[in-house]
Amino acid sequence: MTTELQQLRLPTTSADADSPAAYHVRQVVKSYGRVQAVDVERLDVAAGEVLCLLGPTGAGKSTLLRLLAALEAPTSGEVIFAGGPLGTEAAAAVRRRVTLVFQRAVLLTDTVRANVEYGLKLRGMRGDAASRIAAVLDRLGLAALADRPAATLSGGQTQLVALARALVLEPEVLLLDEPTANLDPARVALVEEVIGEDKRRRGTTVVWATHNMFQARRVADRVALLLSARLVEAAPTEAFFNRPGDPRTADFVAGRMVY
Amino acid sequence: MVAWLDPLPDNPLPRMTGSDLWPIVWLSLRVSGTAVLVSALVGVPLGVWLGLPGSRSHNGWRALVHTGMALPPVVVGLMLYLLLSRSGPLGFLGFLYTAKAMIAAQVILALPFVVGITMTAVAAVPRELVPQLRTLGATDRQVRWTVLKESRPGVLLAVAASFGRSVSEVGAVLIVGGDIQGHTRVLTTAIVFETSKGDFNFALALGAALLVLALSVNLAMLRLGGAARLPAAAP
Repeated sequence: MTTELQQLRLPTTSADADSPAAYHVRQVVKSYGRVQAVDVERLDVAAGEVLCLLGPTGAGKSTLLRLLAALEAPTSGEVIFAGGPLGTEAAAAVRRRVTLVFQRAVLLTDTVRANVEYGLKLRGMRGDAASRIAAVLDRLGLAALADRPAATLSGGQTQLVALARALVLEPEVLLLDEPTANLDPARVALVEEVIGEDKRRRGTTVVWATHNMFQARRVADRVALLLSARLVEAAPTEAFFNRPGDPRTADFVAGRMVY
Repeated sequence: MVAWLDPLPDNPLPRMTGSDLWPIVWLSLRVSGTAVLVSALVGVPLGVWLGLPGSRSHNGWRALVHTGMALPPVVVGLMLYLLLSRSGPLGFLGFLYTAKAMIAAQVILALPFVVGITMTAVAAVPRELVPQLRTLGATDRQVRWTVLKESRPGVLLAVAASFGRSVSEVGAVLIVGGDIQGHTRVLTTAIVFETSKGDFNFALALGAALLVLALSVNLAMLRLGGAARLPAAAP
């Protein structure tokens, strides 16, 4: 486990200019009534990178993830995924390639196994479904809970099952909204390890929202800072923390930020 | 049975016996069962649609459904009578004083119950479930189906409650069915008739049959829905 975490900490170069982009976010505004939740002029996500969205609660991280997941359409502007704009027609197809793990997971009133099986069933997968489910449950330490009703799980276990039901689908893009918020330190490390492993094995693109900058430092290839709906700066992890380009990033990193 | 309930000795009407009971029970079950089946086929999808977060016009529909749950059966009977009577707009159907007319009346009474209770059960499913199902790849149809499965105990309650309303209702079936013996006489109209003619023993037997019928349907629904989660519906 130690080596895994060390590997995650190594600065990588997967966000090079010539690597293919998973997302282009262009002049995207999302407002609810008069409240602007997201106002991002330009943000790119490279295929195969781990991008951490850092920022305080209410900065717009979750809304940005919902836009990337094609669950909501921007009020104005464009989100381009894999070369095409995310429109209403494309949304359903995109949602089979991109999966968002919610901060507050709602599970089905069924067993843990049935919850993890759900997405596979939607896709009509049969053959190797059982072994894939077993593998994911095993990786996340949930094997013993497979036949438990989801309603009897703790908050942390629920969060792990929500991650399991997303990972089992092997999505091209994994969007994570505070996936370790309810977990004890050992399970935080486990989740970071499992996601890093998934990324290395399959080249998964990961957009990971967290308010924990230490976590961002551990897992990210690049970090983007959001403050009150706006993107302050996006930079490779090492540069973001050691040579921030924006004074607000410097304040945030130093813990001097007053929001 | 109960001596003081025996009809007067000079009562000119013939006494009813056990063999007269079963055709009445059977017709009640057929009429109300059909009405509930039709109501469920129409009402459950409608309830799912209205229960999911949607457009603002939903609120108007919801108010209408709740009003429908309070429809007085006698008024429904009267309206349907006027529609189905020979000179009415639907008179050509020839439904008046048939089981079909009684089924139609009970559908009008049961449908708002099915829609209303299904709607409430669906609305009680956590709102955040829908986007989470979508991001796992569910299409709109798959989302609706999953939400319906999540609200199964409530939906079964809707069916049980609407059966209770149908089978225990007397005003509408009396008006449009006419309580014709061996033809449109159901448990409730038979109770009214037997009571009015003074055969209290038979009326009580019919009442007991009615309760047993409602109880059986509720027990069946409990078994389907998982006993712990379904409150019993009153007939």
